[in-house]
Amino acid sequence: MSPAFSHGFAPGDRVRVKDDWPEARGRCHIRTPHYLRGRHGRVERVLGSFPNPEDLAFGRPAPARPLYHVLFDQPPIWSEGEAGDSLLVEIFEHWLEPAPKPVKEAA
Amino acid sequence: MSAPARPESLALLERLVTALKAKGLVSEEEIAARQASTDRASPEIGARMVARAWLDPAWRKSMVANGAAAAEQMGVSMAGAPPLGILEDTPTLHHLVVCTLCSCYPRAVLGYPPHWYKSFEYRSRAVREPRAVLAEWGTTIAPGVQLRVIDSTADYRWMVLPLRPAGTEGWDEAQLAALVTRDVLVGVALPRVPMAAAAE
Repeated sequence: MSPAFSHGFAPGDRVRVKDDWPEARGRCHIRTPHYLRGRHGRVERVLGSFPNPEDLAFGRPAPARPLYHVLFDQPPIWSEGEAGDSLLVEIFEHWLEPAPKPVKEAA
Repeated sequence: MSAPARPESLALLERLVTALKAKGLVSEEEIAARQASTDRASPEIGARMVARAWLDPAWRKSMVANGAAAAEQMGVSMAGAPPLGILEDTPTLHHLVVCTLCSCYPRAVLGYPPHWYKSFEYRSRAVREPRAVLAEWGTTIAPGVQLRVIDSTADYRWMVLPLRPAGTEGWDEAQLAALVTRDVLVGVALPRVPMAAAAE
């Protein structure tokens, strides 16, 4: 991943998980579930900063990165579920980019 | 369900521990101390935290704000443990915890994760079709209640604070804690009042 650029997201901010697949480029350790890559969500809360597990896993110096609890609507991420169902997932800031407008995803 | 440990896995573990000891990174005593502290932890700790939260609104508030501090107050050492987040169920929201990447679990307050929690089936299905998974557990989410699945993938560990069931008015902490099973604390089950107790 490129060096951190802090967006300083706040609760309520709309974000998009980067559509990035580092596992296709080589050995890596990532905590961002595949099913959320490229998907839109909303920052629920800021959880603090934690050493980047992507570096820790390889014994590299691991600068702390902000971690957010991000809320995703269950449909359309998966086909099951009822309106209002959701997924709440910890995502590191360097995996998030701003999603300026509310985006209606195709189911 | 998870397969039992394979002999080659155990041999690999043995070699890893030997290498870590040789490098002075970990000692036999440290491994024993960590095993002892995990052995001491059990879902009874989480259940007592929930029962107390049902009885004491002020304590509930502080527990939701800082689960690890609340666990410390219950006598649990959280030194070296990840932060503990509390997921507060409401009359319109139910929480279910899974770790799709591995088996992240609030061991400090629930002990060892059960095998099913680590199984590929639970880890893949709990995010894809959580309502179907709950139905197989015999857990019925009331109409109008939204389901929120927590995929525990990073540095927090999460425990569910369920709703106090009806029919438990006047119960003390020990009686209430007995309703809060390990499965309830993960969100695959709801606290159930035994019929005999409810009829009293």
